[in-house]
Amino acid sequence: MTSVIAAVRPDSWNFPLFVHVLGAMILVGGLLTGTSVLAFARGEARFLRLGYWTLLAVALPGYIVMRIGAEWSFVRQGWDDLPDDAVPVWIDIGYIVADAGALLFLIALIVGGIGIRRLRHEKGAGLLKAAMVLALVVLAAAVVAVWAMSGKPD
Amino acid sequence: MSFDDWILALHVLSAFAFVAGMVTFWVLIVAVRRTDTPEGTIRMEPVVKVGNAAVGIGAGGTIVLGIWLAFSVGGYDIWDGWIIAAIVLWLVGVAVGQRTANAYMQGMNKAQELQAAGQTGPSSELLALNRTQNGVLFHGLASVVVVLILVLMIWKPGA
Repeated sequence: MTSVIAAVRPDSWNFPLFVHVLGAMILVGGLLTGTSVLAFARGEARFLRLGYWTLLAVALPGYIVMRIGAEWSFVRQGWDDLPDDAVPVWIDIGYIVADAGALLFLIALIVGGIGIRRLRHEKGAGLLKAAMVLALVVLAAAVVAVWAMSGKPD
Repeated sequence: MSFDDWILALHVLSAFAFVAGMVTFWVLIVAVRRTDTPEGTIRMEPVVKVGNAAVGIGAGGTIVLGIWLAFSVGGYDIWDGWIIAAIVLWLVGVAVGQRTANAYMQGMNKAQELQAAGQTGPSSELLALNRTQNGVLFHGLASVVVVLILVLMIWKPGA
């Protein structure tokens, strides 16, 4: 099975896949860093801002690049020509995580953004902690998606 | 999933950890450029540890599991040009990454020294160490090397 998985792909598939994987790596890096900074902030405004801005300025662009690469790869590899029930489980897992993750991540950014505004009045740390928890859930889901996309379970 | 499928998944997850650690250090590099107090510098240490763990697990996992796959998966050999190139780049990346760490540890060590001496205020010397140009250069180079490894893993030139 691995010999099939790791087989050389047609050249035309490679660049979209590169965009997808690079975006996903930046997304995971942004989520790991943002949640770590928020976790160790201990209520300090400077670190809370750094954690939130990492989610907004690193993880969010990573998500967008990952998603563009995903759609590009999906079309380029011809999966869109197949009926829905013929699409493999690992692609379904990727889509479920990407869609549900996007929703959770958006909520995290909105909640965190309100928290950042409230920091001016020395409030909002709780909201940023909630944003951190949501981002951690997205990070855990992203790890599952990476496992599914690379291991390709039946 | 076969055993090799699991190894491949863990190899890719290791690569994600490696890059995630690199991203963590980019964020810290930007953050520390405006940090001129010992306390502010030392406060970065827990996040540095997260970055170190991610890079350590990622670097170790990619090389060990990657070599396993080169021997185990049919159609590839350890002496294939793209695999040798990836191993060489991995070694370069680790060596350059070590230099990045050394460059930024000077600031962290200075901060600890100042704090131990009771100097808690802003320090221009500490700020200069935190803004190390060598550190930025080395981390930029290591990042380019990691992207090149990713290019090799996807395109597999010559395979």
